[in-house]
Amino acid sequence: MRIAIIGFGSVGRGVAEVITAKDTGLTVTAIADSKSGIIDHSGLDIGAILKNKKSTGMCGTPEITVSDIISSDAYDVLVEVSPTNAETGEPALGYIREALAGGKHVVTSNKGPVSLKFEELHALAAENNVMLRYEATVCGAIPLMHTIEHGIAGNKISRLYGVFNGTCNYILTRMAEEGLTYKQALLEARELGYAEADPTYDVKGIDAAIKLVILANAVWGMKKSLADVDIIGIDDVTSAAIALAEREDQTIRLIGEIDPANEILRVSPTIIPKSHPLVVRDTLNAVTIETDLAGEITLIGKGAGSSETASAIIADLLFIRDCYDRRD
Amino acid sequence: MKLEMKDSPGQLVSVIQPISDIGGNILSVIHERDPEAGRDLLDVQIMCEIPEGSLDTLLSEYRIQGVNVLRVGEERFLVRRSVILIGHLIHTNISDTIDKIDSTGYAEVHELSMVMPAINEPSSAKITIKSDCLKDINRALAILRDVARVKGFLIIEPLEGN
Repeated sequence: MRIAIIGFGSVGRGVAEVITAKDTGLTVTAIADSKSGIIDHSGLDIGAILKNKKSTGMCGTPEITVSDIISSDAYDVLVEVSPTNAETGEPALGYIREALAGGKHVVTSNKGPVSLKFEELHALAAENNVMLRYEATVCGAIPLMHTIEHGIAGNKISRLYGVFNGTCNYILTRMAEEGLTYKQALLEARELGYAEADPTYDVKGIDAAIKLVILANAVWGMKKSLADVDIIGIDDVTSAAIALAEREDQTIRLIGEIDPANEILRVSPTIIPKSHPLVVRDTLNAVTIETDLAGEITLIGKGAGSSETASAIIADLLFIRDCYDRRD
Repeated sequence: MKLEMKDSPGQLVSVIQPISDIGGNILSVIHERDPEAGRDLLDVQIMCEIPEGSLDTLLSEYRIQGVNVLRVGEERFLVRRSVILIGHLIHTNISDTIDKIDSTGYAEVHELSMVMPAINEPSSAKITIKSDCLKDINRALAILRDVARVKGFLIIEPLEGN
């Protein structure tokens, strides 16, 4: 199965490296970054491209654009891993639309298009008899979508809640364990590369809320958007408040929750017993799914990182291969 | 509950002690000696709050001590819910905030611990509300959420179970 990778940052490079290193039967035939592109129908030399990217900042030549790649017949699956734009979803949204309309499968880690245009993109994929998969958009390496769609297929899911943002979880863990102030913990998270220079998206709960939107639409078909989520971030949480919770063996974590029966769709700092499985340390993510047959299932894992995100993307690619490729 | 016990010195303590041993709180004791009865037994009515699920322990303790339990009244579950508030709690009149709950008649602020790190810095407080049913606790919390919105402080609530 031939793969085109759009976006050659840490996630795109991670995917290319895994495909090269493992015997998956996948071949990368096209790659584009923001400035350049490269196509080879018989398969690219990933090692050489990674070297080129490192020395020149480009993966290919400026003459080949993303559009050239998407409109080509060099690939079967588009891996869309360009930077997220939460407001418009562009340019990724346009890329995904074009690929699906052209009868190509799409695997993406891009939360923008999936949270903004879930219904439209799914309809487009169905119309063209191709798949749109987005495991990497929610909780990084945790196989949440696969678990819900296949692992617990047949269950009715009544509620879903958890820790959806590793940056916030790191900050709250450090405030709880070391008594750091919010500002100190944020500074530390930045130094370790867990928080962006502008941490708004994470600490205000927006990133977690976007993941909830994706899940609400994917699991329940709720047709929700970011504006429907009640969002409170962690930037006003004090270490004194966490200390008050800790007196009774509880702590405070940023919890995202979808409870359709009670019309709850929210992200907020929440008091939670320290013995609760969702109380995970540092940058981990954790999600509890409440079901009718399986009871409660809690998944814990790394929510971000190059190889972790690549793990989710590779799993989606291999799933598509198993569903479609072998039939051809 | 209504108890019957021997009318001899020290007996009242023996019915009260087991309540405090299980972490309970006595609300009232009515101690009656009925001269007409002409017997050496005494009726005592006790109203108390005890931890959830500890009533059986208390009753078996009375059995061991030979205290006869005549009647156990309505067992009402006491519900407590703690939330944490962050903001300028004093300057937004904390007693008014508490009063908004206490004046409902169905819920009251039972405990308040507050940390005030420095002048002009937001305070943090853990506030425990109690009521005798979950529905009323939720009504009281809804009031508190409104107060938090109006007064501009953050309210952190516990994760709900099933």
